[in-house]
Amino acid sequence: MQYHTPPSFEEASRIAASASGTTRFLAGGTDVLVQLRSDLVTPDDLIDVKHIPGVKEIARQEDGGWRIGVAVAGAEMTEHPDLGRDWPGIVEGMDLIGSTQIQGRATLVGNLCNGSPAADGVPALVAAGASVTVTGPNGARDVAVADIPTGPGKTCLEKGEVISALNIPARGENGGDAYLRFIPRTEMDIAVVGCAVNLRVDGDTITEARVVLGAVAPTIRAVQACADALIGTTLDDAALEALDKAARAACEPIDDKRGTVEFRTDVAGVLARRAAKIAYARAKGEQS
Amino acid sequence: MSKIHVTTKVNGDEVEYLCEPRETLLDCLRDHLDLTGAKEGCGTGDCGACSVTMDGRLVCSCLVLGAEAQGKEIATIEGMAEDGALHPLQRKFIEHAALQCGICTPGILVAAKSLLEKNPDPTETEMRYWLAGNLCRCTGYDKIIRAVMDAAAEMREAS
Ligand SMILES: Cc1cc2nc3c(=O)[nH]c(=O)nc-3n(C[C@H](O)[C@H](O)[C@H](O)COP(=O)(O)OP(=O)(O)OC[C@H]3O[C@@H](n4cnc5c(N)ncnc54)[C@H](O)[C@@H]3O)c2cc1C
Ligand code: FES
Ligand code: FES
Repeated sequence: MQYHTPPSFEEASRIAASASGTTRFLAGGTDVLVQLRSDLVTPDDLIDVKHIPGVKEIARQEDGGWRIGVAVAGAEMTEHPDLGRDWPGIVEGMDLIGSTQIQGRATLVGNLCNGSPAADGVPALVAAGASVTVTGPNGARDVAVADIPTGPGKTCLEKGEVISALNIPARGENGGDAYLRFIPRTEMDIAVVGCAVNLRVDGDTITEARVVLGAVAPTIRAVQACADALIGTTLDDAALEALDKAARAACEPIDDKRGTVEFRTDVAGVLARRAAKIAYARAKGEQS
Repeated sequence: MSKIHVTTKVNGDEVEYLCEPRETLLDCLRDHLDLTGAKEGCGTGDCGACSVTMDGRLVCSCLVLGAEAQGKEIATIEGMAEDGALHPLQRKFIEHAALQCGICTPGILVAAKSLLEKNPDPTETEMRYWLAGNLCRCTGYDKIIRAVMDAAAEMREAS
């Protein structure tokens, strides 16, 4: 294994493009090192992105959006004074990952690129409409976060492509988001179901909504039928019931020791309801 | 395989070592620097027995490469007692019998110290969540929590 510390994303991309064997990028290493130590994946080239200038920055953009460096750890997001005020759902999703120790290292981009359908950081990013900047042999392009995962452990990134930034849109007025997951314990477990909701209100009426489910299909899934159940409503009982039904209908989960198909499907509906209520209260400024 | 030369600070002292690219910081502390306080319980980030701080952040040293420590400041359990005087947390662990086999103890002490530096007056719930990544198979945790809360109270009085 060769360990590289490129000074720029262009150089990181060049190393990855010319590598002949297995390549991994190293952000927080909380997936890469586990896979390395358990002999699941031993990269021939390991490219540490943490020496590239700017990767530790959380910066508000001119349009009110956010640019998050690819090496920003979960704890740094949680400690940020303003990010969580705009996007509490994104911050709480990231904050659920692992222990204090894991939070000191794990990154959102690593969570995304590891490609787990149960990744806790990703649903709220998709619900927010976030994108990543991808630097590759042919320059840089922006890709929606929703389009990055293509299956368990798989992403659409091509050989030589590295994510160089995470872009979160401006929060705007009267918006709120939330992320909830169910695990059998209270800490340190893999989501049985995760659900993110992001919405906007005009008065009491929901005008925009995105609902994203995790761990119930091969990839994290944005469910338009759930959004449709919310838009135009005041989140009354009928809307919640329709949301619940649409969430259950969108599930194609696995059956394993953490949860049966039936249980995961049921929990998806329950979490969708609960996350929608939190996001709604946040959009109306009634809850932080 | 070519070895990597690393210069880093451990408990305030400049140190250097040569490591394989795949060796973890935990391996380097234990095998190259003879600092065997940090333990390997799982090697996969689950147990916290290998906890150290790197540039002030609590991390699992089993999930950091030795090479990544270049230019960093590492703090381990070996730096906790000062001039032979035990840290209040260490004293309270003895007083409350907060350990049995002791494998988890260095990691828990390092983790608890890092919380108290950030928040000198944590609630028990905050403390339990902070330490959720530190597993103990012996004590049942209660004595650990009591020892840490007691140490925190003593440290607040002393400051
Ligand atoms: C004890 C423990 C508990 C955990 N708990 C959870 C949990 O509750 N929920 C959860 O979702 N996950 C959990 N995880 C998994 C892991 O911590 C997360 O997926 C984390 O966010 C990964 O981020 P990282 O920075 O450590 O990634 P790394 O391990 O550094 O990288 C992960 C993957 O992303 C790729 N990558 C990294 N950066 C880039 C980039 N800039 N461009 C392209 N590819 C890149 C790497 O090549 C690699 O394939 C846990 C892990 C451990 C060890
Ligand atoms: S040995 Fe590092 S967390 Fe268990
Ligand atoms: S005292 Fe034995 S594991 Fe904690």
